[in-house]
Amino acid sequence: MMKSRYLPLIATCLIFVLAYALCYWQFPNMLSTRVVGNLLTDNAFLGIAAVGMTFVILSGGIDLSIGSVIAFTGVFIAVVLKETSLHPLVVFGLVLVITAIFGGIMGAIIHYLEMPPFVVTLAGMFLARGIAFVISTDSVPVKHEFYTFLQDSFYRLPGGGRITVIGAAMLVVFFVGIIIAHRTRFGTNVFALGGGIPTSKLMGVPVAKTTIGIYAISGFLAGLAGITFSLYTSAGYSLAAVGVELDAIAAVVIGGALLTGGSGFIAGTLIGVLIMGLIQTYIIFDGTLSSWWTKIVIGILLFAFILMQKGLLLAASAQKK
Amino acid sequence: MNMDQPLLKATKIDKIFPGVVALDKVDFTLKAGEVHALLGENGAGKSTLIKCLTGAYHRDGGDILLNGETISPRDTLDAQGLGIGTVYQEVNLLGNLTVAENMMIGRQPKKWGMVQTKQMNRQTKEILNQYGLDIDVAQLLSTYSVAIQQIIAIARAVDLSGKVLILDEPTASLDAKEVQMLFGVIRKLKQKNIGIIFISHFLDQVFEISDTITVLRNGRLIESVTTVDISSIDLVTMMLGYELGEETKLKEHDGVERETLVEFCNFGHKQLIEPFYLAIGKGEVVGFAGLLGSGRTETAETLFGVTPHDSGSATFKNENINLSSPRAAIANGFGFCPEDRKTDGIIADLSVRENIILALQAQRGWANPLPKSEQDEICKKYIKALDIRPTDAEKPIRLLSGGNQQKVILARWLATNPEFLILDEPTRGIDVGAHAEIIRLIENLCEDGMSLLVISSELDELVAYSHRIIVVRDHEHIAELVGSEITTNNIVEAIAADLNVDNGQYELKGVIS
Repeated sequence: MMKSRYLPLIATCLIFVLAYALCYWQFPNMLSTRVVGNLLTDNAFLGIAAVGMTFVILSGGIDLSIGSVIAFTGVFIAVVLKETSLHPLVVFGLVLVITAIFGGIMGAIIHYLEMPPFVVTLAGMFLARGIAFVISTDSVPVKHEFYTFLQDSFYRLPGGGRITVIGAAMLVVFFVGIIIAHRTRFGTNVFALGGGIPTSKLMGVPVAKTTIGIYAISGFLAGLAGITFSLYTSAGYSLAAVGVELDAIAAVVIGGALLTGGSGFIAGTLIGVLIMGLIQTYIIFDGTLSSWWTKIVIGILLFAFILMQKGLLLAASAQKK
Repeated sequence: MNMDQPLLKATKIDKIFPGVVALDKVDFTLKAGEVHALLGENGAGKSTLIKCLTGAYHRDGGDILLNGETISPRDTLDAQGLGIGTVYQEVNLLGNLTVAENMMIGRQPKKWGMVQTKQMNRQTKEILNQYGLDIDVAQLLSTYSVAIQQIIAIARAVDLSGKVLILDEPTASLDAKEVQMLFGVIRKLKQKNIGIIFISHFLDQVFEISDTITVLRNGRLIESVTTVDISSIDLVTMMLGYELGEETKLKEHDGVERETLVEFCNFGHKQLIEPFYLAIGKGEVVGFAGLLGSGRTETAETLFGVTPHDSGSATFKNENINLSSPRAAIANGFGFCPEDRKTDGIIADLSVRENIILALQAQRGWANPLPKSEQDEICKKYIKALDIRPTDAEKPIRLLSGGNQQKVILARWLATNPEFLILDEPTRGIDVGAHAEIIRLIENLCEDGMSLLVISSELDELVAYSHRIIVVRDHEHIAELVGSEITTNNIVEAIAADLNVDNGQYELKGVIS
C-alpha cells in the first residue's frame, strides 16, 4: 500500500529497462558506453531544463518560457562573445543571473498578482523569444578557444564512450536537484504548495519566497540549459529550442510526477529524459524510420502515464473507503 | 502564575461587517485545563469570535488577554506563535506530505541545510505516542482516516501553540468510535492544563466533554454556565431564543385533503438511501429532518436525478415520469436548490442576471436563447419580489452576501415555474434577517400552490413551515410527523429514538388520499 507513492517511478524505470532491452535485442551495439555517453550529451540541455520544470510542476505550476529562455541565452552568449572580449565564464555568470531574475519576476507576478502560472509564463515565453530576436535574427556562431576546450574535455569510459562536460553537468544538476527537492526544507515547501496553497499558508509555509524561488530555479536552469545548448551547437539562434518546454513537461510526466502537483521525483525526470533520448537513438540506429516516430511513441507513453495516474488515484480513494 | 487568573480572557469584543453587527460586546473567559464549549445556531457569531481570537479577523473593539497580557494577533500564524492553535473541521494538513513532514514543516531538524528525516520521524513518533497513536509517520498523511488526521492536526496545533486549542467542529465527519478516540485525546490535553474551546453542533457531545458552555445568539453573549448546572432543554432554549414549552403552533391542516402532485414508489438507491414511499400534495411543504449525513441530501439528489435512482418509479399528476437526470427532472417541473451553494449552486463569476436565467435557459435549450429584454424583465421581477440586494443585476454574484446569493438561486428556480421545488438547507450560513425572509418566501410559495420539499438542520424552522415532517436516519426514512405531532421535541426524539421504534409507526398516514 505504501508503495503506491513510488509506483509511477518504478513503472518509469521498468519501461526504461524494457525499452533498452528491446533496443539491445534488435541492435546489440546499443548496449555500449558510447551510446550511453551520447545519450547523456545529446539530452543534456533538455535534462537540465527538465529539472527546473520538475520543481515547477511539483509546486502545481507550469513554466512555458523555458524554450525561449534557452534561445535567448544562446543568442545572448554568442553576440556578447562576438562583440566584446569578455571571458565566456563571465558571460555565463551574467546570463544565469539574468535568467534567474527573469524567472523570479515571473514567480513574483504569479504570487503577488495571483495570476495563473500558465498565463504569466506564456507572456514570459513571448518576451524571451522576442528579446532573442531583437538581439539577433541570424544564427551567430561562437568561436572561442574556451568553447573548444570545454567541447574537447571529456572523461573516457571503458569501451570508448565519453562523458562530456555537458553530460556530466546534467548529472550534477540532477543530483543537486534531488537533494534540494527531497532533502531540504525548501523542497518540502515545494511539495506543500503542490498540495494546496491556502493550506500551506495556514501551516506557515513561506508561500511567496517559495514560489519566487521555484520560478527563479526554473529560470536559472533554463539559462544553464541554454549554456549547455550553446556548447552543444556552438551557435546562438533565436529560433532554436522551440517547444523544448513541452518536451520537458513530457519528461516530467513520464518520470512519474503528477501534473496537478504535490507528487513526483526529480530522479524520475532523468529516466523520463533518457526514455525520450532512447527512442531517438533507436530511430537513428534503425535508419529507415522517420524521426517523427519519436513524437508518436512519446505521445503514447504520455497517455499511458496519465491513465496510470488516474488509476492510482482511484485505487487510493477506493482503498480508503 | 496566579491560579485564579484565566488563561484567555476576551472582554467586550465587537466586530462589525458592513451592515451587520457580527459581535456585540461579547465576553469570553477560558481557564487552563477546561473544555469550554461554544454554542450557537448558524450565524450566532461563533466563528466570528474564533476568528477574532485567532487573528483571522481584526476585532473592532474590546480586549483579548492571554495569561493577563493583551494580545492582538495579526494572523493565524501569529496567534499560533502566541499559543493559540486551531484545528478546523476540514483537516487543514497536506495529504501529499508524510505525517512527519506535516507535523514538522518549517521546523524540520537540519544538519548542514539537509533535513534529518530519521530524526524528524522519531520526534513526530514521540509526539504522537503521547496521544496513543502509534503509526508509521513516514507514510503520506492521505493514507490515514479522517479521525487519525484530525488527531495529527491536534497534536500539531498543541505542539506549536501549547496554551489554547480551538477545535472547530472536529467531530462532524467522525463516527461514534472515532469521536470517543478524539475525546480521549481531549481529556489527555485537559490534564496538561491546556485550555480547549470546543465548537460542535452535537449537544450530546457537548454534555459529555465540556466543563463550561457559552451560548451566543445573534452576535450577543447569552450566557456562560457550567455544564453540570444546565439541562439540555434549557440549553436548546438559550440557543434558539424561545421557550420550547411554548410551542403551540398546532397545524390545522389534518383535515385538508390535498391532491397528490408527485408520488414516489419504492424509490431508492443502493448505497445512498433505502427505498421509500413518498407522496407530496399540491401546495404542501414536506420537511426533512435528520442529522448531517443521515440521508436527507441523498434523498433530494435521488429525487432530482443527480444520482439516478436504481429502484422504484415516480409519477407526476398520475403519469409515470423519467427522473434519470437533472435535465429530465427540470423538464417535469422540478427544481432543486442544493445544499452547498458555493460549489453546486452559484456560478461565482457570472452576473446575478446570468445566474437567475440559467435554469430557464437550460429548460429552453441552448439553441433558443432568451432575449435580453425578457431576461432583464425576469431579473427585475425577482430582484423586486425577493428583495435581492444590491439590485444591480449585472453584478457578479460572488459580491453578494450569502442570503442574497441564496435568494438568487431561489429566483433561478422560480423563474422556471416549477411545480415541485426541493430546497436543501435554504437558510444555511445566512444572516438572521434574510433567514426570516426565506422562511416567509417558503410559506408564500406554498400558499400559491407550489409543492416544496425542504431539508433543514434548523428544527424550529422546519416546524414553522412544514405540513409534514419526514425524519431520516442512517439512510432510511424512519418516521413521519403530521399536524400536531410536529414539534421540535418530537423530531429530536425521533432522531434520537432507539431502533426499537415500532415499525408500524412508519406507515404512511394522513394527508395522502
